[in-house]
Amino acid sequence: MSGVFSPTRAKIKERTLRTDKWWIEPAITFGVLFSFVIYATFRAFEGANYFTEPLISPFYSPCLSEACVEGSKLFGWAPVSAQVLGFALSPALIILIFPLGFRMTCYYYRKAYYRAFWLSPPACAVAEPHTKYTGETRAPLILQNAHRWFFYAGLVFNVFLTYDAVLAFRNEHGQWGHMSVGTLVLIASSSLLWFYSLSCHTCRHTVGGRLKHFSKHPLRYKLWTTVSALNTKHQQFAWFSLAAVAFADIYVRQVSTGAWTNFYFF
Amino acid sequence: MTRKLNLRIWRGDSTDGGLKDVVVDVNEGEVVLDVIHRVQATQMGDLAVRWNCKAGKCGSCSMEINGKPRLACMTQVASFDEEETITVTPLRAFPIIKDLVTDVSFNYKKAMEIPAYEHPAELAPGEARMEQIDVERSQEFRKCIECFLCQNTCHVIRDHEENKKSFAGPRFFIRIAELDMHPLDRLKNRKRTAQEEHGLGMCNITKCCTEVCPEHIKITDNAIIPMKERVVDIKYDPARMFSGLLRREKRD
Repeated sequence: MSGVFSPTRAKIKERTLRTDKWWIEPAITFGVLFSFVIYATFRAFEGANYFTEPLISPFYSPCLSEACVEGSKLFGWAPVSAQVLGFALSPALIILIFPLGFRMTCYYYRKAYYRAFWLSPPACAVAEPHTKYTGETRAPLILQNAHRWFFYAGLVFNVFLTYDAVLAFRNEHGQWGHMSVGTLVLIASSSLLWFYSLSCHTCRHTVGGRLKHFSKHPLRYKLWTTVSALNTKHQQFAWFSLAAVAFADIYVRQVSTGAWTNFYFF
Repeated sequence: MTRKLNLRIWRGDSTDGGLKDVVVDVNEGEVVLDVIHRVQATQMGDLAVRWNCKAGKCGSCSMEINGKPRLACMTQVASFDEEETITVTPLRAFPIIKDLVTDVSFNYKKAMEIPAYEHPAELAPGEARMEQIDVERSQEFRKCIECFLCQNTCHVIRDHEENKKSFAGPRFFIRIAELDMHPLDRLKNRKRTAQEEHGLGMCNITKCCTEVCPEHIKITDNAIIPMKERVVDIKYDPARMFSGLLRREKRD
């Protein structure tokens, strides 16, 4: 017997005496994240319906494979073979490790999925079911310390996705000076990704958090103050950006298959 | 206006115990500690409860109210439904002494393990000067009243007694962060010992410590995560690995 049932502790047989609906938050988190994982997995393996002029799905950008459809390649560049070790690889599978790794190691998402998926703990003051716990001190969870490198990779991806949003100011014939619903969708998606990245705890640390003397680095202190303000909304940016990316992919897919029409404002 | 309140109080010691039901008068504006005192005065003269300031500043009356770690002196009875039975138990992460009183000496042992501030040798006492913006950062951590609610709710030790020997807990991570962010502290290896001796890596940042802090200290966001990032700086940052700086803690 360990934890709250240890012999030295007050003898209370309930795992928790909380009377509020503490299970709602982890249940919703589980439902939303699990749905996203299922959808993202389906889309990553689908390997089709990710591009229609001038829109590209954020799941497939930058499109770096020889298998990428015409017009979707980043500057026409395709450094990765269409087949890897004899298997036809969806272009999404080449790049998704970076945004996936960024979210998996994100300090907010860690809280969310440790609670919702691993029940460690399911909620505060609710006993977890595990008999042993070593936290993030050994493999595989020690890899959470790689968050910083996924953060840097994420910034590069944000540049590509912002570039995609700029390209969406064209029409389907490649002419500039047009704007459609798809443009707004990609702008919203890339903007929220910037907010999510720039509000990140690692960003906060990098711009100034690591300093001991704020007074010796006034510019970095100013940056740290700004990122700290954004950081208080990191959870919201995490969810909104996830939803925006998923919707952007759905939108591009629907337009690509002809199910939806990409309405042009001008 | 006086009304009746249904209260369940855990009574017992290290050998046995259980929840006892009582009905007690409660007046408008009272807090749970008031009600417990009334029970003690009128029905259970030997009820053990630790308290002191009744103002949320001493951290003595920490207990669990309807399963949530809280200060009894800062929990309004009016925050519960009138028909609701309020259940009061001792902190469930620490050894029980009697009734609502637990042995929190684990925390004092951990406090002694944290290396103290090391003053610069070149500065005589009274010569040290700090800018306000440097002071403000750690000022938040000085608000801690040592109620140990964060320690109590942290699942690393609450649910795993065996981790107590290797895990200092959130209260002491803010102490370590405060010192590591102190511009004049000269102690080296504070980050490394935080990870290797005080168990920073065991924290999986589920933020329960922040949720229960009565002083609203952002324990996770402002202390634990920044310390984890500082540990990444010296232990897991590939750029430093490549440049051979891994064994040198940067001072700025």
